Amino acid sequence: MNTRPINSLTPLDRQHSYVGRTLSRDSAKRAVAGRGRYTDDIQAARMVHAAFVRSPYAHARIVSVNVDAAKAAPGVVLVMTGAELAERCTGPWVGTLTCFENMKSAPQYPMAVDRACWQGEPVVMVVAATRAQAEDACELVEIGWEELPVVVDKERALAAGTPPIHADLGDNLAFEKTIDTGNVDAAFDAADIILEDTFEFGRHTAVSLEPRALLSEYDPGTQRLTVHTSSQTPHMIQALLARTLGVPEHNVRVVAPDVGGSFGLKIHSFGDEIAATAASMVLARPVKFIADRLESFLTDIHARENRVKARMAVSKDGDIKAVDIDVLSGAGAYSQYPRTSVFEANQILNITAGPYAHAEYRAKATVVYLNLVPTSQYRSVGHPIGNSVGEWLVDRAAHAVGMDPIEFRRRNVMKDDSYPRVSAAGIQMQDMSHEACIDALVEKIDYAALREEQARLREKGIYRGIGIASFIKGTAPGPAGYYGAGGAPIASQDACTIKLEPAGGVLCMVGVTDQGQGVDTVMQQIAAEAVGVPFDHVRVIEGDTDATPYGGGTYASRATAIGGEATWQAGRALRAEILTIAGALLQADAATLDIVNGNVIDAGTDNVRVSLAEIGRIGHFQVAELPNDIQPTLSSTRRFRLRDALYIFTNGIHGAWVEVDPDTGFIKLLKHWVVEDCGRVINPQLADEQVRGGCVQGLGGALYEHCIYDETGQLQNGTMADYLTPMAGEMPDIDVTHIQTPTTVSELGAKGVGESGTGAAPAVMMNAVNDALRPFDAYVTEQPMTPELILKALGKV
Amino acid sequence: MSEEMQTVTLTVNGENVTRTVRVREHLVDFLRGELGLTGSHIGCEHGICGACSVRVDGVVVRGCLMLAVQADGAEVTTIEGLTDSGEIADLQDVFVERNAMQCGYCTPGMLMTAAELMKDGEVHSREDIREHLSGNFCRCTGYHAIVDAVETTMKRRSGRNS
Repeated sequence: MNTRPINSLTPLDRQHSYVGRTLSRDSAKRAVAGRGRYTDDIQAARMVHAAFVRSPYAHARIVSVNVDAAKAAPGVVLVMTGAELAERCTGPWVGTLTCFENMKSAPQYPMAVDRACWQGEPVVMVVAATRAQAEDACELVEIGWEELPVVVDKERALAAGTPPIHADLGDNLAFEKTIDTGNVDAAFDAADIILEDTFEFGRHTAVSLEPRALLSEYDPGTQRLTVHTSSQTPHMIQALLARTLGVPEHNVRVVAPDVGGSFGLKIHSFGDEIAATAASMVLARPVKFIADRLESFLTDIHARENRVKARMAVSKDGDIKAVDIDVLSGAGAYSQYPRTSVFEANQILNITAGPYAHAEYRAKATVVYLNLVPTSQYRSVGHPIGNSVGEWLVDRAAHAVGMDPIEFRRRNVMKDDSYPRVSAAGIQMQDMSHEACIDALVEKIDYAALREEQARLREKGIYRGIGIASFIKGTAPGPAGYYGAGGAPIASQDACTIKLEPAGGVLCMVGVTDQGQGVDTVMQQIAAEAVGVPFDHVRVIEGDTDATPYGGGTYASRATAIGGEATWQAGRALRAEILTIAGALLQADAATLDIVNGNVIDAGTDNVRVSLAEIGRIGHFQVAELPNDIQPTLSSTRRFRLRDALYIFTNGIHGAWVEVDPDTGFIKLLKHWVVEDCGRVINPQLADEQVRGGCVQGLGGALYEHCIYDETGQLQNGTMADYLTPMAGEMPDIDVTHIQTPTTVSELGAKGVGESGTGAAPAVMMNAVNDALRPFDAYVTEQPMTPELILKALGKV
Repeated sequence: MSEEMQTVTLTVNGENVTRTVRVREHLVDFLRGELGLTGSHIGCEHGICGACSVRVDGVVVRGCLMLAVQADGAEVTTIEGLTDSGEIADLQDVFVERNAMQCGYCTPGMLMTAAELMKDGEVHSREDIREHLSGNFCRCTGYHAIVDAVETTMKRRSGRNS
């Protein structure tokens, strides 16, 4: 691993530091034994199961609902209509945020009340002794429907004559925004070369292997609601359930047990989950709802449906002068509450051509409502689109001026010594390393040799492509930007409470959550290092609103960057208190003491003075041994949030080596390389695996994944047999290198790492495929890049 | 409308089990709900994702494509049984060491399937490993670490035997 020089030796860099070391995850040991405990694995006494009657139409009025037969069906304990549920809610949701100026969305209830606006929208809930009985009874619910006009084509959503989905909104416009540096037209007028393309990105979805899952229990005596749910954001779910169902927030406990994949899907709230929770309150019995796979495809948030018209102005010397993009984003029937459905378009504006130093940029986003399931945040929001658009135009530009794509990037990226600076999109950038990453990639892939091999194979009729794509990734959002700042109950800060227990063990409670990335292990490493105890003396507790300090949870690659710094600060504070106590006990100046491996030592020596177990014993049980002015808390809470920055931006570059069969359109992935800079790496193996998994998720969207709807808004591929995901056989080995430029916004120096692979892989794949197609003078600008698309580009179908 | 039931007797992880089950109940639902063997997971319910893979009479099958009543008289092994017997302890250790899982939801099925390929004691190519695991969906890892872990275990076993 390449490590850039870190200015001064900090406690993080000392010998045997737990920070920067590969250590295994405890939860992995449970997982391999089949001892994971996911929400559906939990059984509760008197538990019943919810199933839903969902709208078969993309848009239809509910004329009548007859639930008599369902109510009489075996095992059924409750049938609730959308109208009945609405009465139990404090009010409808409106999925807007004040930070998105002039954004609008229609009010929405958890289940359709008098009109369904997307196929799969829940309409009636049936709760029965078993899920099978609940589903049987759903079949007996009779709903009279009157079909309404359907809007599914985003290009026509704002056309004259297209009816508004919600009459009160006047039209189907959700949000418009333009960034404009002011002199874009002049730059294009003066340009030597202009590259222009239109890009299409298909709608796809998270496909977490464990579907959405929830088990709600309500005790009418104490009026306490306990919800186990597969969530990344327990505190946000707590706030939403409390506010929507009228339970005091402090009476709601949300627990996220093991989470079987999340990828942004599980930072959201869903109507069926609100309904099942309401049922637990009505029945005063535990109610479980587990989405099946068809429900997942129909009702999980979707993402990525965007059309981008883009232009790049370039000088004949190879300087990017200006970029101009026009984004049309297809949302669903409502903006997802509370995170909205306009983030993706907004993020495309923020990051397109983001690695480069051009001065002029104009980016317009238009987000429109469609009679489809709501869209919202999915791993690497907006980045696959912005990166694909920017990087393909960069490749075209390089070719147009006769420059190698590597050289063109070297020439145009923001220089490593130029930070802090502001991008053309107006985004603050600092601590980045595009040039170092390009150099590392060129060395890693032996670029010159690879080009030679490509040329040699082309002569034999074998068409291979080398993809190159630089990227930026917004991670760890700050408090001045969106969510909380826009009025949503979503924290941008995160916190850690750390405690020294009587026997010398350390408990570390964090607001960020683990879904298998290793957040718990990373926090364990940071805490162990901060306090000075052995790794296995620390236990991390996360995913329980009753047990952890308030925090935003895990989203937007924030867990290590934000939660990790809170843990570091809390651990350092606990360490300071321990040293103060030790100083008093030992009649020594605390500054001459240190804590290493669970013992207080004379600093700079191996001389053990007192163990932390002894400090714990005295601090809890024999406080009389301490001077009266010391009241040990042996506990510390610290919070961390960014100050002014919108994000901590990371950067890097991908390389891909692919083969395209011009007869079949099949794309074979041969090798993938990543060089990325997530700042200080806490656990190299876990960071690598985040990058690898992220890449493959991005490759899925680039090559296979697509929620296909017909013109009436009916999903055509609602099973995993029809919706293709990347499997082991198609995926390449992925080589990962880290350049470490620690962020200067924290002591820890860690940036986010979880999403960048997903954001950049589609861009490098499109460039690699197009590089393979270059001898045919053909290229594609649409994803997923199916064999059919390739053959069309080649003029063969 | 009472459900049709049938009594089945089978061996699950070496234990004799007799239960009266709904005839429409899938094997994986029976194992999870009735026997509490929650290591087998439900992912796609169409036989694509492999999360519900269990061994029936020595062959790895999809627990979502087989009914519980079809397992009457069969010998069923789940991840819990494989763990208790120690049959794949080395593979499990390498999965942990190599971090060949993240959320862990696919892991029992992945191990079950990998164990099948490893039965012959051969060291298979990475391509063969990838091919063999292609019926098991993992959304987290991107597969590279899983292939590494299986390959490493094959090599270690082969080294021990030679």
